[in-house]
Amino acid sequence: MIPGSFDYHSPASLEEALKLLNNLGDDAKILAGGHSLIPMMKLRLVEPVHLIDINGLSNLDFIKEDNGYLCIGAMTREASLETSELIAEKYPILKDTSQVIADPLVRNLATVGGNIAHGDPANDHPATMVAMDAEVVINGPSGLVTSGERTLSINKFFKGPLMTDLADNEILTEIRIPFPSGKSGAAYKKLERKVGDFAIAGAASALHFDGDTCSKAGIGLTNVGPTPIRATEAQDALVGTSVSLEDADKAGELAAAASQPVGDHRGSEDYKRAVVKTLTSRAIMKAKERAEGGN
Amino acid sequence: MATQSITVTINGEAKSAEVEDRLLLVHLIRDNCGLTGTHIGCDTTHCGACTVLLDGTAVKSCTVFAVQANGREVTTIEGMEGEALHPLQEGFMEEHGLQCGFCTPGMIMSSKHLLDKNPNPTEEEIRWGISGNLCRCTGYLNIVKAVQYASNKLQETPTE
Repeated sequence: MIPGSFDYHSPASLEEALKLLNNLGDDAKILAGGHSLIPMMKLRLVEPVHLIDINGLSNLDFIKEDNGYLCIGAMTREASLETSELIAEKYPILKDTSQVIADPLVRNLATVGGNIAHGDPANDHPATMVAMDAEVVINGPSGLVTSGERTLSINKFFKGPLMTDLADNEILTEIRIPFPSGKSGAAYKKLERKVGDFAIAGAASALHFDGDTCSKAGIGLTNVGPTPIRATEAQDALVGTSVSLEDADKAGELAAAASQPVGDHRGSEDYKRAVVKTLTSRAIMKAKERAEGGN
Repeated sequence: MATQSITVTINGEAKSAEVEDRLLLVHLIRDNCGLTGTHIGCDTTHCGACTVLLDGTAVKSCTVFAVQANGREVTTIEGMEGEALHPLQEGFMEEHGLQCGFCTPGMIMSSKHLLDKNPNPTEEEIRWGISGNLCRCTGYLNIVKAVQYASNKLQETPTE
């Protein structure tokens, strides 16, 4: 399969990329890892007139802790997240997530920013970022947005299937996750038919404890709605409990009720709800185990 | 029709070409350079038959544009053999790691990346390492053995 014709641009700086994007408007698409975009172009589901390749922007490829946040550059490859010692030690939920995205060859090129900016509710990072209360940093041409940069809560980023808050002339450049404070833990669980497939469903859970009592909970769901879903009732039900298995199962039921799956070749609506329930409960128990020092 | 002049070093040899922007790397390799060891299987980023190394990293060449490889190094299955077969190629022969052979070039390139990063992988690590490559003949058992064979041989002779 051959994609439609386009003009290829490979800007050397973010500024240049933003200028190009601003001039070319919605005729242009950003090429990051390309592992969602290129297959869609080959199927002619998208036919951009211009392709702006930002793989040359190596300053968008980083994993670092800074000023109370874990900061991940948008061009960070999934393989980097998967093999990072910092991530494995302090943010194992991100390792849980990256290592189940597609397959190892895809992860060598696929980027964290692309996984989020694509706006596909079947992608895995969105749910994780919802659970972790992440923020995304978005750059646009300076003058349009003051200083050209804005920061947005992940809660406001996803608008619908493949639709995000990104304007045609904006690029997602960074993801920021607040430092987990005190006793806390997080985990991601995904059920897939085979390596490389999208999730039948996935559940991310991030828990904070005050002593033995849960003080804050974040739960995000993958591929069971038009956007990643935040299971607010399940979150609320956990706060104030000691997060027993019974509490986790109850939260799982509430998450299943909050999910909006559509029956397809991956399973019926009822089956997917049952999967959400089980995965949510398991993600919660794993997050608790990690909060208590396990890994 | 937008075109670009690119130079890609393929198996150590610099190749220059005027290519359409939309040309996929796998087509540059097979059609422009005549290196047909790199196979096109699914053409949808699933099967891994088109796997090559791009600056040492295993990628699916059906999902990279040729222009993205401009100024970079590509290694294909044809670049694996030195004075003798590469231990991975030898391993696939010795352990019967192929039947029809269609997936083999991709399997070998993925395994090369794996062993470069992790010279002594466990069986589970090998299975995860080649999980982006599909084989419809072998059931994978002998492919895993072939990679283990190469891992052992490379560690006996670390300079290859």
